[in-house]
Amino acid sequence: MFAFSVKRILQAVIVMLIISFIGFAIKHNFGDPVRDLVGQRVTPTERAEIREKLGLNDPFMVQYVRFLGNAVHGNLGQSYFFKKPATEVIIKKAPATLELVFCSALIIILLSVPCGIYSAIKPKSWFSKFIMGSSIVGVSMPVFLTAILLIYIFSVELHWLPSYGRGETVRLFGWWDSGLLTLDGLKHLIMPSIALSSIMLPLFIRLIRSEMMEVLETEYVKYAWAKGIQPRRVWLVHAFKNTLLPVITVGGVQLGIMVAFTILTETVFQWQGMGSMFIESVERSDTSLMVAYLVFVGIVFVLVNTFVDIIYGLVNPTVRVAGRQ
Amino acid sequence: MMSTIKSAGKFSLFLLTLIVAAMLLAGCGEEKKEEKAAAPEAPAKVTLKLAMDADPVSLDPHVQLSGGMLQYSHMVFDSLVRYDKDMNFQPRLAEKWERIDDLTMRFHLRKGVKFHSGNPFTAADVVFTIDRLKKSDDYKGLFEPFVGAKAIDDYTVDLITKSPYGLVLNMATYVFPMDKAFYSGTDDKGKAKDLIIKTDYSFANENESGTGPFMVTAREQGVKTVFTRFADYWEKTGNIEEIVLSPIKNDATRVAALLSGDVDFIMPVPPQDLDRIKTTEGLQLVTMSGSRIITFQLNQKSNPALADPKVRLAMAYAYDNNGVVEKIMKGFATAAGQMSPKGYVGYSEKLAPRYDVEKAKALMAESGFPNGFEATMIAPNNRYVNDEKISEAFVSMMSKIGIKISLKTMPKAQYWDEFDAQVADIQMIGWHSDTEDSGNFYEFLSMCRNAETGYGQYNSGNYCNAKVDELTLAAQVETDPAKRAAQCQEVETIQYDEAGFIPLHWQNLSWASKTGMNTEDIVNVMNFPYFGDLVIK
Repeated sequence: MFAFSVKRILQAVIVMLIISFIGFAIKHNFGDPVRDLVGQRVTPTERAEIREKLGLNDPFMVQYVRFLGNAVHGNLGQSYFFKKPATEVIIKKAPATLELVFCSALIIILLSVPCGIYSAIKPKSWFSKFIMGSSIVGVSMPVFLTAILLIYIFSVELHWLPSYGRGETVRLFGWWDSGLLTLDGLKHLIMPSIALSSIMLPLFIRLIRSEMMEVLETEYVKYAWAKGIQPRRVWLVHAFKNTLLPVITVGGVQLGIMVAFTILTETVFQWQGMGSMFIESVERSDTSLMVAYLVFVGIVFVLVNTFVDIIYGLVNPTVRVAGRQ
Repeated sequence: MMSTIKSAGKFSLFLLTLIVAAMLLAGCGEEKKEEKAAAPEAPAKVTLKLAMDADPVSLDPHVQLSGGMLQYSHMVFDSLVRYDKDMNFQPRLAEKWERIDDLTMRFHLRKGVKFHSGNPFTAADVVFTIDRLKKSDDYKGLFEPFVGAKAIDDYTVDLITKSPYGLVLNMATYVFPMDKAFYSGTDDKGKAKDLIIKTDYSFANENESGTGPFMVTAREQGVKTVFTRFADYWEKTGNIEEIVLSPIKNDATRVAALLSGDVDFIMPVPPQDLDRIKTTEGLQLVTMSGSRIITFQLNQKSNPALADPKVRLAMAYAYDNNGVVEKIMKGFATAAGQMSPKGYVGYSEKLAPRYDVEKAKALMAESGFPNGFEATMIAPNNRYVNDEKISEAFVSMMSKIGIKISLKTMPKAQYWDEFDAQVADIQMIGWHSDTEDSGNFYEFLSMCRNAETGYGQYNSGNYCNAKVDELTLAAQVETDPAKRAAQCQEVETIQYDEAGFIPLHWQNLSWASKTGMNTEDIVNVMNFPYFGDLVIK
């Protein structure tokens, strides 16, 4: 087990090195951040001086090694625009994104499970057909279009929900700005969460449905029917429990896609999270913040995956055996 | 499959019903809202909820010379003089001014003005501010012609130039006096408080003390900035007690925020939504011809064809300025035949856009390239309004006179390095004169390139005419407005006759707000709304 863990951690470190290298290579070829920091009157010589001061004129490897050295000490560089350490900026923006992802995950779980089960059990009912039909629309509509439509219906026409931003937030633990605890904050959360869940929700309904239908055809379910067990118990305990495993696996993989869609959702709703921060850093050529974000997301993914793998190894030793081959 | 299509059909019907129901409900909702508004309520604090496409990058007015920072400066600081709507100089912290001699302009300062810190405003603050401007990377170029400022007494200050200079008042609009006592000494991190730092913490980046109508009372960069009325402000014109500024980058969201009533004032308005705002009751739209000129520069060094004046003229005749303004810019720009917009000293009525394809073809036949030629071209795709579409239109217009152009567009983050390297024969650039004067266009875009003096720094067409250089330099030291105007207009005429570049149009400006505000009175062609003067009825 120890050898397995060490091996997984080593792999994680290598993956992080690759991510940081790619991120840094993008940064290096991205363009000149100084352009966005100065007015049109600043001469090329003065711009070169500023670049020199920021260490942007050094050769690629020198800059990269310096970056790695700092990164080991938890310093991912300085955001030019925010005039603060990049990690500080990212951590400040993280609660907004995490709360948004949490709420849309909640929507996905609360809706996809009953809808998926229902449409698997009663595939011919009109409601099942409606669910399946609308899920096609959901999957094929781009997130930003869904978002704009929501804004136009519920903010511009109906005046029910606020159109942008996070609204009133409450500070928790001294640094986490939460919108979950105020009515205004919750109102602001509704549309972005719906928009963000709009892509994933249909996917999960369809996944649960097809998995469930497959399980319902298996021998042990037929046997359970034959034994005369209550339908509710057959569906939920015998069948649904066994559809969960692949759903959770796919869900984990989808987490990455979720991050990409947060960027779109946050941009339309002017949601001040990590996604819109990233897009704006690209527009402003705030390259060091850009790289810091890529590395940060990389770390989160690698950590989660490594952790999951080690847990898997503990729970199911055959994984370890397979890894050894 | 069939059943899914059928159900999709059913679903769209359902969606339609939903939307119709929503619209009906919307009608009710609005009525309710009006009822609420009609009910007499105790007047709360007069707050303006403002949404712009960006927010100030810093609280230090000298850290960057950009439109956003100047908009901020006009709220929190106050200038010695400022432009009124007709581009005349209006006294602010300087009540009056007089020319003492060729090199000196004397300003008499307003008495009884206070900084946000409570310190009184005096001539020493102006001297401090000019010294600081001369140290700022972004401003030192503008203040290069100045020796500095000299306090005569507490309320009199002289601005002294190295040689006679015609733009002293234009520059005085950039002097937003900063509180000398407040910005002196060291902060708790042991750094000097007057340091100008672009990418890291500095005292001035996070604290302000100006004399302006508003104080920054809360700020979360990129999220929200709250400006509160400064109780001791010397002028009592506007009635806004608080401004809550939210940056909303996305055009559609910014407009939706105004339409839904979440904000009261937006700038800029995206061209595609102008009609919608104009026709919405309860909203007002103000537009104005702007002063940013968009041009194509034709590189005479990299492509021999572009060195032929007849070819350049033919191109100027083949480009349909009005057509592009109408079709691509949706009328939201002003077609240009020269650099200087109306109102600038160099503007000449005679230099109108020319469009005549037959004439262009004849000129091509007469030129050294009767069968046309090939050229390369670059343009940004996220810097100016519709920059990519305009470039594509240009390419197709030039193809009609036999010029085959290969166009490459790219985001601005990559564009400017390519522009500087002059990688293509034809390059796009837009320019706003930061002195609000014609001379600035010529110094940067028209004069012969000179790495030592910095003249012609953005002249990627390598246009060079000794007469243009001579006139531009003469205008710099000319203090007689009539003579200066004649010199500048001559420069425009020379460039027009030689087709030194292709002028396209000036981008228009736009603001939208709820009705019941004097929006029209506070906006101007520089796009510095004077929110201190805004009144909400």
